[in-house]
Amino acid sequence: MAIDLFESVSECGCAAKVPAQELRDLLRGVQVPGGPDVLVGPDTLDDAGVYRLTDDQCLVQTLDFFPPVARDPRDYGRIAAANALSDVYAMGGRPLTALAIVCIPSALVRQGVLGAITRGAIQALEEAGCALLGGHSVLDPQPKFGLSVTGLVARDRMLTNAGARPGDRLILTKPLGTGVTIMAVRAGMASPAQEVEANRTMATLNARAAGLAVACKARGATDVTGFGLLGHGLQLARASGVSLEIGAAGVPMLEGALEFADQGLLSAAAYTNRDYVGDAVVFDDDVPLAVRDLLFDPQTSGGMLVCCPPDQVQSFLERAGAELSTPFGVVGRVVAADGPSRITVRGGAFGVGPAGEGGG
Amino acid sequence: MNAKVVDARGLACPQPVVLTLKALVDADQVVTLVDNPAAVENVTRLARSKGFSVQVTQRADGVELALTRGGAAPQAQSVTEHVVVCSTAGAAPGPLVLFVASDSLGRGPAELGERLMAAWFHALGEVATRPDRIIFMNSGVKLVVEGARTVEDIRGLADSGIEVLACGTCLGYFGLSDKLAVGQVSNMYDIATALLEAGRIVEL
Repeated sequence: MAIDLFESVSECGCAAKVPAQELRDLLRGVQVPGGPDVLVGPDTLDDAGVYRLTDDQCLVQTLDFFPPVARDPRDYGRIAAANALSDVYAMGGRPLTALAIVCIPSALVRQGVLGAITRGAIQALEEAGCALLGGHSVLDPQPKFGLSVTGLVARDRMLTNAGARPGDRLILTKPLGTGVTIMAVRAGMASPAQEVEANRTMATLNARAAGLAVACKARGATDVTGFGLLGHGLQLARASGVSLEIGAAGVPMLEGALEFADQGLLSAAAYTNRDYVGDAVVFDDDVPLAVRDLLFDPQTSGGMLVCCPPDQVQSFLERAGAELSTPFGVVGRVVAADGPSRITVRGGAFGVGPAGEGGG
Repeated sequence: MNAKVVDARGLACPQPVVLTLKALVDADQVVTLVDNPAAVENVTRLARSKGFSVQVTQRADGVELALTRGGAAPQAQSVTEHVVVCSTAGAAPGPLVLFVASDSLGRGPAELGERLMAAWFHALGEVATRPDRIIFMNSGVKLVVEGARTVEDIRGLADSGIEVLACGTCLGYFGLSDKLAVGQVSNMYDIATALLEAGRIVEL
């Protein structure tokens, strides 16, 4: 491999996010311009904003960019595009158009790196059926790349953080562990197979997972990115006024990720995510530290966390088995909140049946 | 017993873990210095997963993690002892320090300078008077990284008890932070202390 993008960065991917707590503090008491047609704004920390165009059609808009998450420029471009598109999918939307955001050192432009990144992004956009209308680039010593994506969603198919209902089963559609695996690649401690698999899951579009969520009449969903499963889970719980129970044994994880966590290959963002949720997340004693760490691991282009109605779970899982190319699993359920929203993490797995009790 | 010292201050994750892991391979005691909370937690996790106990001490200039294979935590003094260790050579009032600030010896063609430098370290193993400490700075750090032809000879010197320090900033500047093959990463504070406390300094 001629170019190793990790040599040019200090922070990787979604680990480079501003901490969630700082964003909350920033927005507290700030009156942002809005209006009656803003259906989803900044207050619920959703994946994308939603603006009502007509009675049934809504515009979905998002922007996402980050420093390199893969060594190879083409992988990086593909993953960055899949990650940006994911925010539209996570709202139940269909991406229509995209604009590229580019920060890049001039040396990398000369070496053809920007061209390779763009080709990777175009591959993902073609798969999504999304048009690239243009973009803007700035010379910058630290490379960053991403997209602003605009899509459409029918109002009655919208998936939001506020749509979780008690009784829903939580389904995660990609394995956790991209954060620790990227760190392990940087440390030279990941095998080629582990690196390839992490890149593959990150480059996988959430289009099909979102399609399944809509087909199963889910209303609550988010994609799991920089704030980790528990950070995004808590945002969803708070926006919906519910609590969550997670069964750690049912959470899909990348091969090797537990060992990486065990060896301390966590980004600072993982600890920030843990601090952000604070007392709102409670672990049973039998949940090992490495598992807890992975539940806080910042994900790049992570899977969808879908709140699936209980009578649809079987159908979701059957179709997921046929349509999804990534590991998935039932990771928990939504329960009524008796007070502030909380997440309880148990050591076992949740079944798919109507009883669905944890501790299995 | 003196601990191996890993100075990972100023380094972002995963570097503190990578450097500590290298040190753990053939040592029973390692002291890692870090300067951010994530590194404290990450090095602690690494140490425990490798069967080391961890003792954390807050210092004015960072956090010190004393890692001990297996059992009890080490005495805090062992670190200080190591950092300022002096074995006075002959009549000199302080240690003899060899300060290597270039990868090339003398002024002239670089190729000749590099060959001379290799010959110098080869000869040093045969000379009766030995430095107590060798400090590599600026392009001098290129002499102690993987692939350098001087590594073998310098390793021999290190094995004979000479302390070998490489400037961490310089390694980082040349993109060699993870390529150190012999000696320990050091910082300007420790290097300044070593130079000012020296009885004699030989600069190359």
